[in-house]
Amino acid sequence: MIPASFEYYRPDNIAAALAVLEEHGDDARVIAGGHSLIPMMKLRMADVPHLIDLQDVKDLRGIKVAGGTVTIGAMVTQAELISSQDIAQAAPIMHEAALQIADPQVRYMGTVGGNIANGDPGNDLPGLMQCLDATLTVVGPNGERDIAAREFYEAAYMTAREDDEILTKVSFAATEGGYAYEKQKRKIGDYATAAASVLLTKEGSTVSTASIAMTNLSDVPVFSEEAGAALQGSSCDTDAVKAAVAAMLEDIEPNEDNRGPVEFKRHVAGVILSRAIERAWSRA
Amino acid sequence: MNDMTPDREERKANLKGMGCARKRVEDARFTQGKGNYVDDISLPGMLHGDFVRSPYAHARVKSINIDAAMALDGVVAVLTAKDLEPLSLHWMPTLAGDKQMVLADGKVLFQGQEVAFVVAKDRYIAADAVELVEVEYEELPVIVDPFKSLESDVVLREDLDPSADGAHGPRKHPNHIFLWEVGDKGATEAVLDEADVVAEETVYYHRTHPCPLEPCGSVASMDKVNGKLTLYGTFQAPHVVRTVASLLSGIEEHNIRVVSPDIGGGFGNKVGVYPGYVCSIVASIVTGVPVKWVEDRMENLMSTAFARDYHMHGKISATKEGKITGLWCHTTADHGAFDACADPTKYPAGFMSICTGSYDIPVAYLGVDGVYTNKAPGGVAYRCSFRVTEAAYFIERMIEVLAIELNMDAAELRRINFIKKDQFPYNSALGWEYDSGDYHTAWDKALEAVDYDGLRKEQAERVEAFKRGETRKLMGVGLTFFTEIVGAGPVKNCDILGMGMFDSCEIRIHPTGSAIARLGTISQGQGHATTFAQIIASEIGIPADSITIEEGDTDTAPYGLGTYGSRSTPVAGAATAMAGRKIKAKAQMIAAYLLEVHDDDVEFDVDRFAVKGAPERFKTMKDIAYAAYNQAIPGVEPGLEAVSYYDPPNMTYPFGAYICVMDVDVDTGTTDIRQFYALDDCGTRINPMVIEGQVHGGLTEALAIAMGQEIAYDEMGNCKTATLMDFFIPTAWETPHYTTDHTTTPSPHHPIGAKGVGESPNVGGVPAFSNAVHDAFRAFGLRQSHMPHDHWRIWKTANDLGLHG
Repeated sequence: MIPASFEYYRPDNIAAALAVLEEHGDDARVIAGGHSLIPMMKLRMADVPHLIDLQDVKDLRGIKVAGGTVTIGAMVTQAELISSQDIAQAAPIMHEAALQIADPQVRYMGTVGGNIANGDPGNDLPGLMQCLDATLTVVGPNGERDIAAREFYEAAYMTAREDDEILTKVSFAATEGGYAYEKQKRKIGDYATAAASVLLTKEGSTVSTASIAMTNLSDVPVFSEEAGAALQGSSCDTDAVKAAVAAMLEDIEPNEDNRGPVEFKRHVAGVILSRAIERAWSRA
Repeated sequence: MNDMTPDREERKANLKGMGCARKRVEDARFTQGKGNYVDDISLPGMLHGDFVRSPYAHARVKSINIDAAMALDGVVAVLTAKDLEPLSLHWMPTLAGDKQMVLADGKVLFQGQEVAFVVAKDRYIAADAVELVEVEYEELPVIVDPFKSLESDVVLREDLDPSADGAHGPRKHPNHIFLWEVGDKGATEAVLDEADVVAEETVYYHRTHPCPLEPCGSVASMDKVNGKLTLYGTFQAPHVVRTVASLLSGIEEHNIRVVSPDIGGGFGNKVGVYPGYVCSIVASIVTGVPVKWVEDRMENLMSTAFARDYHMHGKISATKEGKITGLWCHTTADHGAFDACADPTKYPAGFMSICTGSYDIPVAYLGVDGVYTNKAPGGVAYRCSFRVTEAAYFIERMIEVLAIELNMDAAELRRINFIKKDQFPYNSALGWEYDSGDYHTAWDKALEAVDYDGLRKEQAERVEAFKRGETRKLMGVGLTFFTEIVGAGPVKNCDILGMGMFDSCEIRIHPTGSAIARLGTISQGQGHATTFAQIIASEIGIPADSITIEEGDTDTAPYGLGTYGSRSTPVAGAATAMAGRKIKAKAQMIAAYLLEVHDDDVEFDVDRFAVKGAPERFKTMKDIAYAAYNQAIPGVEPGLEAVSYYDPPNMTYPFGAYICVMDVDVDTGTTDIRQFYALDDCGTRINPMVIEGQVHGGLTEALAIAMGQEIAYDEMGNCKTATLMDFFIPTAWETPHYTTDHTTTPSPHHPIGAKGVGESPNVGGVPAFSNAVHDAFRAFGLRQSHMPHDHWRIWKTANDLGLHG
């Protein structure tokens, strides 16, 4: 568990970080909290001769809620999400999800940007970003561009971000209505066996909008448009929930691992989504 | 006596002797990060070793090219089997009578096996050089299933003559290690044939790993000037390591000093001898400077000793009324690539023959077949006496299955079969003499404490509610009554490589009345520095706070066999009491002289000797210690010290009653432990707080094993659980609240009546958790499922029973 040697950079602005990326190309990577990259380097599964630590880049920090939009800097830690009153009010689902990421020690270092940009299907925030229909902002040699979270993930560890780009912030509309982030895991610190993000709004006694995304049930996060559609216009009764689960099961493709076989994961995904919908509905 | 003299109770309290919940003296340094572990040791000029390990579970090693590694700046040496062969150190003996490759000699037999040892100027260079060693492998067929191994044409151990006997007798197949049989097979089978009821089941206790917080490591320092080798290491038995190192290296034993510094947990993982220890020694001898080797977590989980992996096929017979008439067990034991079990008994399956448990079973038979596979070697006693957890799990599952067969309450079935109080000392059908017990009292106390009848009523209501569709959670009541066999042990039953398993204590009283005691054991977290001082305090009347306990340095401590198998208190604790009594006998003579009376006219009273009938005439132990060094006493040598080597007359047999109440979510396979009650009877209790800590820790390890922890392999022999992401170590979040309780039935043969407790919670805990899971599904027809009871396996159980609609 000893990494190969590497050069360490600690720029204090984005331009300087981009310059190192540009100079070393594939040999350079940025590091945020390091909870994914450092173990990979120690296992010598990732070879990173030039490591760019972003923790001194102040422009990547800060949580802002203005005009109904929530903007979170990429270097905001998961612990900061939990302690933020703004997040608790403007996006309580994010508060609930952040509390279920890994453990407190990890959350003190682990960042929003790292969790989203690494493309690990086990991470909790990618699915949540898709549920929130968030916009991810990256900056590279050709300037800044926005990518929809629902378009960002291509395959495990493969995203729409180019190698010479850095994720700087995420933004999304403040939520309203009911919400739930439901996760089953083997133990504290584990990735999800199955997790579901659900946002619902209610008009009278029917569902007016529903957004559903699943975590760690495919090699990318799964935004299930059909599952949300199954709830819309319904009274969120048992049949509607069953229809949403059935639609979601069409969209996921879990793999067998130490958490269990595919059949089990599909069953649990259904149970977890049902529970998330019920809780979200009770809050709508 | 004047008013200033403390009364007897006060004097007793001042000693902090046996029975006192004295705070652990070790904790000040451990909680402040001031421990001194092997990896903290840094010697001038020290080099660092690292292993090239096999990625394959079974392969021929065609060639090893070290040129690129040697060319790296800072690399001092790369050792392969060829380098060790001239020293006859390319193989080493195991504790189980087998031999094990130190470095791959022509082939590799498990994933993670040591192939070459790189020595470099720092740990980083060593790791870089490991990458540069080029090894050419030719893959061979892999066997991970012990049953298939015994039918396979693939010979794993080509070094062994297939027709020759093994260390434990004839072998029936090249991949077979031994067949060990005990009991009366014919008589047992006759009873089974005639019985009213026979329950038959296969109970698999999966492979797991002790996974101590600190992994294994060593620092070897060969001083070529004075010819002395100093070896620091994570050794649960430092004196044995010294003897083995001397026998292997040819260095005379007086020229070897072995030191076990602070050890961060052992749980059996640090009993055996590992290639890393040998390679650090050889590398230090070759280079003439100290060499450190410390494994990482993955290496610990993949290559150092695992535990369990017992496939236990059982039959238990009873009358219609539930009186057990016989027990039959055949076990297939997967030992991995080498038989490196740490079962330091005369038996290749340790104390597995305690599998008749707490029950009066008239006739029994046990057969164990040991088998080689392409898995890591080992088979250590993970927080238990040798194979006792396997035995306890087996019998406690068989009792549950029999209860199902008889349609009987499992608590009642246990009660009617317990060995009765007046049957002790009790001779079991498989040859053990249980020293003492009062099982019925403990069982009744436990059942009452948890309101057993109330739990069963609630459970029945829950089953009905489940059937009506009102809940998706079932409730399980996990019962266990266990009897351990610990304190290895009598030389007639136990040895390590021929050395009897006595233990020792040497006590020196200083002139001012404080003391140092040294023992042949070594704490890895058990709190010896706290509790052994308490034994001495009570025995000779010196405050525990004035006594230093020292262990682990073979140059200063008396020879002993180390700490594992709950043997420290039963064996070294007894030696401590006996050494204390020798000191007390001499102190009595000194006191009598000082008080000018006959030896027989003084009596011991807490912290002093007083004249019989005249308690105001006394000499405290402090007075006596001073006199021992400062006064010429006719007929008495100066000084006050003693040493005792203790060979126990029998094992000790702690027991306990554990009850676990668990809710099981049939849809997700998740569980919630609502209540865990643990009653332990470990005989005389030395420190109730230390006991409680031991019970909490052991139960948490039992929770891990029963509910998720395993070492699993795929068909190619790849270890699937080599990190703590997949190898379950519970955190505070997963750990339930425990309620502890006790009864006290002293051991009649032990000087202070103590039996040992550190391993009871693992032995009893595993079946308690597992039985709770099984019991939750009993109403729906479950007889047996296999641990670990992680989410997907519980879900599968529910699914197989048709509970998912």
